[in-house]
Amino acid sequence: MQEAGSTTFAAPPSRARKRWKLPRFYSDFVGRQVFAFLLALHGVGAFALITLGVLLRNFRVAQPVIRPLIAREIHRAGVQLLPMFFFAAVALGFLVIGQTVSWLTRVEAANNWLGNIMVIVVVREIGPLLTALLVLARVGTANVVELGTARAMGEVEALEALGIDPVHYFVVPRVAGMAVGVFSLTVYLILGTLVSGYLWVFIQEVPLLPGDYFRQLAGALGYMDFALLALKTCAFGFIIAIVTCYHGLAQPLQLNEISRATVRAVGQSTVACILLDALFIILYLAA
Amino acid sequence: MSETPANPKIPVLEMRGVTVVSLKNPDVIVAEGVNWTVKAGEFWVVGSPQHSGKTDFLMAVGGLSSPASGGYDFLGERMPIFEESRMAHRLKLGFVFDGGQLLGQLTVSENIALPLRYHGHLSVDEIELRVRSLLEITELVPWANSTPANVGRSWRQRVGLARALALQPEVLLLDSPLTGLDGRHTAWWLGFLDQLSRGHGIVGGKPVTLVVTADDLRPWRRYTGRVACLSNRRLIVLGDWRAAEDSKENVVQELLSE
Repeated sequence: MQEAGSTTFAAPPSRARKRWKLPRFYSDFVGRQVFAFLLALHGVGAFALITLGVLLRNFRVAQPVIRPLIAREIHRAGVQLLPMFFFAAVALGFLVIGQTVSWLTRVEAANNWLGNIMVIVVVREIGPLLTALLVLARVGTANVVELGTARAMGEVEALEALGIDPVHYFVVPRVAGMAVGVFSLTVYLILGTLVSGYLWVFIQEVPLLPGDYFRQLAGALGYMDFALLALKTCAFGFIIAIVTCYHGLAQPLQLNEISRATVRAVGQSTVACILLDALFIILYLAA
Repeated sequence: MSETPANPKIPVLEMRGVTVVSLKNPDVIVAEGVNWTVKAGEFWVVGSPQHSGKTDFLMAVGGLSSPASGGYDFLGERMPIFEESRMAHRLKLGFVFDGGQLLGQLTVSENIALPLRYHGHLSVDEIELRVRSLLEITELVPWANSTPANVGRSWRQRVGLARALALQPEVLLLDSPLTGLDGRHTAWWLGFLDQLSRGHGIVGGKPVTLVVTADDLRPWRRYTGRVACLSNRRLIVLGDWRAAEDSKENVVQELLSE
């Protein structure tokens, strides 16, 4: 009989090996985490493909029911969040320009780069990512709770009994609404940040005319910025909607499991958005 | 909506050697070796003690879960049906859940209108008219604009019934419709289901084939024609009430004498 924790093969004795060998508990933990990650990836990927299939196949099905649901989701993931994004835009403009101005005034002709800094920092990076994370916090979490409750209360089976595809009814409007919502809010956040950034320039009495500032911005923006911004924000919205709907809907839940599902969904959505953002950085650099 | 009349020679439901498993835990067998035939116009009650898998069994009959083994035909077509192309056939079967299982975001009238709006067979005015008549017939008019959370459980069950009747099904499955009802509601349900089985105007006057589950068989004695019992993973198909009363099965006697 082997002792608990021993390996099935004889490892060569080595001081370094003994010193660096992890306790079995850690290797088990890492293994479990890797398997859990792969299973989650598999589940979310399959759910995304199913949703895309339903979206394309049922594009014209039941429009009197689905269109109002999409409008409601756009309102929820877009219009309702506008006040918060106005505040975030003002704060972000002050933050970026305030920090930049305080440092760059020590450098000669640094004012010539304010527009470029705003485009690189706000348009390409912070704007889309901050929007995605705020929408995840405000709407994504609500998605998991709503759908988890619907699942626990048997609404999915009720829809199936009525011949209604639950993915078409519950997921497709959320995906469409969140993609449009994240895109629109990012545009508003960027515009607000650029304007509030100039306000900070004005308050700091930096010798930069509005015309020069906006000329710098226009010069720093390329057509690729517009295309990748649209693609990136829609992809963020799609990812958040898919991951949160997956955790709320794809598995049978009890009411007491919804909070854990919400935490998982937020964690996975955040990681997925950051990884996608990293992919877009490569695209920017390649372009 | 069911337009084509069913062929009377084809059984409405036919199960051969079916094994039903729990929807939430597929490792749990609810019933095995089920051989059961339901003919058009019959009114069945399936009795069973509480927590013995009535809901899972009825969901399998309704095509909401796949049998683990065996064959199951509904009006001559293999179940379950999930394909869009066969959905019209599938919609000849209506399902009333225990407690209604209504969509919490919609009002009572929106819940009833949902299948009509989704499947798009009627104009907006026709849908409104049909929902109005369903509300009236189920005495739900005062709650038409309330959400399910603001409606009592007994009335939610009726909303579930009205929603299932919206598409005028030929067969209606009802999961424990009398659970938790007071005498007045119980009398209404028994009377209304009796009318449905004979042919009611709300479903075009055609007799509806009914299957209900119950944990007490006594209220159904006057209304249903056929009896079965689910116990110890077996569906005991008894036939008429005389056969049920003569049955030596303990569970049948318990359900009749509770």
